[in-house]
Amino acid sequence: MVSAKALVSAQRREDLQRSWYKFSRNRLSIVGLSTVLLVTFLAVFAPLVAPYPEHASAFVDFANASRSPCPTYPFGTDVVGRDIMSRIFFGFRFSLVMGVVVLSLVVPPGVILGLVAGYYQGTWLDTVIMRTTDIFLAVPPLVLALAICSVLTPNLFNAMIAVSLMWWPWYCRLVYGLASTLRSEFFVVSAELLGASKFHILFREILANCVSPIFTKISLDMGWVILIGASLSFVGLGAQPPTPDLGTMVADGSKYLPDQWWIAVFPALAIVLVVLGFNLLGDGLRDMLGAEEV
Amino acid sequence: MENDLLLNIKDLRVNFDVFGGTLKVLDGVNFTVSSGEKVGLVGETGCGKTTTMKAVLRVLPMPPARITGGEILFKGRDILQMTSRELGQVRGEGMAMVFQDPTAALNPVFTIGEQMDAAVKYSAAGDKRLSGKEIRKRAVEALKEVALPDPERLLKNYPFQLSGGMRQRVCIAMAVAGDRELIIADEPGTSLDVSIQDQILRLLRGLTDKLNTSIVLITHTLGVVRELADRVYVMYAGNMVEVAPTKELFSRALHPYTVGLMAAVPKLTGGGIANGIPGRIPDYLNPPVGCRFHPRCDQAMEVCRLEKPRFYRVSEDHDVACFLHAGEETGR
Repeated sequence: MVSAKALVSAQRREDLQRSWYKFSRNRLSIVGLSTVLLVTFLAVFAPLVAPYPEHASAFVDFANASRSPCPTYPFGTDVVGRDIMSRIFFGFRFSLVMGVVVLSLVVPPGVILGLVAGYYQGTWLDTVIMRTTDIFLAVPPLVLALAICSVLTPNLFNAMIAVSLMWWPWYCRLVYGLASTLRSEFFVVSAELLGASKFHILFREILANCVSPIFTKISLDMGWVILIGASLSFVGLGAQPPTPDLGTMVADGSKYLPDQWWIAVFPALAIVLVVLGFNLLGDGLRDMLGAEEV
Repeated sequence: MENDLLLNIKDLRVNFDVFGGTLKVLDGVNFTVSSGEKVGLVGETGCGKTTTMKAVLRVLPMPPARITGGEILFKGRDILQMTSRELGQVRGEGMAMVFQDPTAALNPVFTIGEQMDAAVKYSAAGDKRLSGKEIRKRAVEALKEVALPDPERLLKNYPFQLSGGMRQRVCIAMAVAGDRELIIADEPGTSLDVSIQDQILRLLRGLTDKLNTSIVLITHTLGVVRELADRVYVMYAGNMVEVAPTKELFSRALHPYTVGLMAAVPKLTGGGIANGIPGRIPDYLNPPVGCRFHPRCDQAMEVCRLEKPRFYRVSEDHDVACFLHAGEETGR
């Protein structure tokens, strides 16, 4: 007779295998996963893998300024002679930090507000929360972020705050929709009838059933948040030079287009790579978790 | 007498506001359950059985529903006046519901164990602040009560790993786990096949006998009631039309609607097709004035079109709301 513990671990292994099967059925999700892993690796170990780590910050080498891509500088150098490739690797760091910080600021309040509003649908709580959300959603996101950024001093931290302020309503909306359908499911009614506390109903019965769509949205949003962050940097409201932010680099390089095309094009391609990677990964996660709503 | 009643619904009226007007669904429902009693509630689809019980549990969606009158006394306290805190307490300690579809009643993302624990935790037994171990012990006991094999292992399973009959047993186990006083079972076997349905009903009867729990069984199958209930209420279009002990009802049904229901049961022997009641349940927007059954009743009289019949007592515990049997009024 197999012991219960062995049975459980065998079951767990099978679950993992099944999840991987569902995820990997779409080749593009594997591409997305590999891209994300690669970008994360490059970002984390940037000082070790970048050919010229010292080029990441203020550094000047006019002898090698504006070199086109060559074996020494695979992506060329910018107008003050910094290696573009090294700067891109460091730029990944800021992009990822932007995504992670913004989403961890945004998801908890958005989810909680959405849960409460959805469960108390039709009451004043619903009205207050959802109308506030609507006000935020009524302003085009980039415009709102620009407005907030221009009031605050432009730097990476304030850019994160600006993006967070425009992002939470989407989570609120998503969870609101889920919670307002789930609240009339029999298992929720049944928990109510058992005399379960509101906390139990909201954060266990309902929230547990929202997890897959939330995670799918998070992975899809990583790309978008990074893109918005880069946009803010591009217009000069995000990270300031000499910080190697991808958006800032594109903005700098755009002045030298089309002759010194590599200064803008490679950071731009890096942004495309990150955003695409996270989007493909998100699609894969959606297939794996079976969440159809997002 | 009045104080021994566990559940006492007095003249309950519920309307639904919809596009085009107001549906007058419950039109003065009276219903009682005493301690340890098994009560059946029969009627055709759409007659208000479930609405009545949802009102008792206060889970009617409001809006569109609106309770326009009446009282629902649970152990002498009016459920309709309770704050949500009191309500939570009453639900946890006093009542449980077994749904028609056990699949929908179990949360798909938690194991049976996690859900059983919650059921025990929020029940009367949970009030004593049980330790996790104690809660688990009670959960296992409850699963044993409903004759599920190997409960320890079952606790680690998810609902989708169980069959329909097992899921319904789990739901019943959740209902009985906390020594609740009243179980409301809304067609507990309908989504299961006939032999499993029979098992579930026997199980419910056995358990409620053993634990001395009251039960309200909502169904549209007379056979089910006959098997389980001590006393039966017959409901038609938002009104109670007849109430009698089960045996008496089956031997001496008086209300023309009840008689019609009995005649509509197909018989195993004798052949022939069962006779239905002509017509259909009335439109709740403009329900018939007087007795709501009169348009379908072959014995309707002039008075039926004008006045609503009250309950008349025909023998001890046997009341009928029909002018054909007008006599001593019960005041209800």
